[in-house]
Amino acid sequence: MASGKEIRTKIASIKNTQKITKAMEMVSASKMRKVQDRMKLGKPYSQRIRSVIGHIANSTPEYKHPYFDTRDAKRVGYIVVSTDRGLCGGLNINAFKTTVASMKEWSDQGVEIDICTIGARAATFFNNYGGNVVGAVRDIGDAPEVSDLIGAVKIMLDKFDGGEIDRLMVVSNDFINTMTHKPVVNQLIPLQPSEEEGLQHHWDYLYEPDAQELLDGLLLRFIESQVYQAVVENNACEQAARMIAMKSASDNAGDLIEELGLAYNKARQAAITQELSEIAGGAAAV
Amino acid sequence: MATTMQCDIVSAEKSIFTGAVEMVVAAGSLGDLGISYGHAPLLTALFPGPVRLILEGGEEEVFYVSGGFLEVQKEVVTLLTDTAMRAEDVDESAALKAVEDAEKAMSNQNSEFDYSTAAAQLAEAAAQLRALKQMKK
Repeated sequence: MASGKEIRTKIASIKNTQKITKAMEMVSASKMRKVQDRMKLGKPYSQRIRSVIGHIANSTPEYKHPYFDTRDAKRVGYIVVSTDRGLCGGLNINAFKTTVASMKEWSDQGVEIDICTIGARAATFFNNYGGNVVGAVRDIGDAPEVSDLIGAVKIMLDKFDGGEIDRLMVVSNDFINTMTHKPVVNQLIPLQPSEEEGLQHHWDYLYEPDAQELLDGLLLRFIESQVYQAVVENNACEQAARMIAMKSASDNAGDLIEELGLAYNKARQAAITQELSEIAGGAAAV
Repeated sequence: MATTMQCDIVSAEKSIFTGAVEMVVAAGSLGDLGISYGHAPLLTALFPGPVRLILEGGEEEVFYVSGGFLEVQKEVVTLLTDTAMRAEDVDESAALKAVEDAEKAMSNQNSEFDYSTAAAQLAEAAAQLRALKQMKK
């Protein structure tokens, strides 16, 4: 059994760790509110634009934009959204597992894969794991701007326009509530029609000024907004997951300190008892 | 009697307006357009300018949008804007100053001068003023 001094040092070190995890928990809790607000504010726009795109995909347009065209998949692009920092439980690793599983489905069919990572964690993971990483964005921070992400989006869109990739997927964590986050794989391109009733017949929009110009602008805006929303939502997940991870770390540290305290007291008492019996034995011998 | 339709104005930052309206008047890329119930499906780009909503009962509300897209479905009008605000939130003095600055910049051009940025600034500020004017009417 460890001596009293050893246990004491251990307790002190765990107490220090607990202080750190406690502080991180509180920092995440306050950040979480801000990022959740940001996520909620952006949501109406991304939902509306998605429904507009769904309508367009249902229409029978005079000009068929390539993004609506489902080509045979020979190469698939993935944009993987992750956090910049660790210590947020299984958030990133769950997303990566989902990504890898989804990639495997493609590679089993002989389809090749390009990856573009957002966030430092995904970059590190896919560099180690292997995979053709064509772009990486990192240090997006707590308040991402659309302009920070345009680079990553543009790499993939250029590849799609050039016919290098035939699908574009986005992987990110879906914020269900503070405790639950679910990694999801969404297909961005080709765009999928909405399943609204009453739109299935042949019809088309009136376009002003011109279908091609208009759709180019609108679709670019759509894809940017979807990626932006995915990043913002992932951010909200990150703070929530970190808060939970740090809370359980603090709790575990508390349990550990309690146990070690008990062990320390036992060791101390055993030492006293031993000393007493030694003195008593010594006195009897005299 | 006029029938109403659902109208949503959202900007990248938040949802600005949602509710039933009788008519929407907006600055499309080919000129101002008014939309009432039963309009054919339409998709158009928006220029910076005022958007006037005629609510149920004839009351009016004016918004300023800095550009974006407008979608018309049979019973729903959706405005996807870059930035939007209620006309009463537009800062008149700032807009006036922006017009002045942009005009000044355009009249004495030098080598570093970016014409398109200044023109865009001027258009936005002028549109804000137009929104204010409409509201006061």
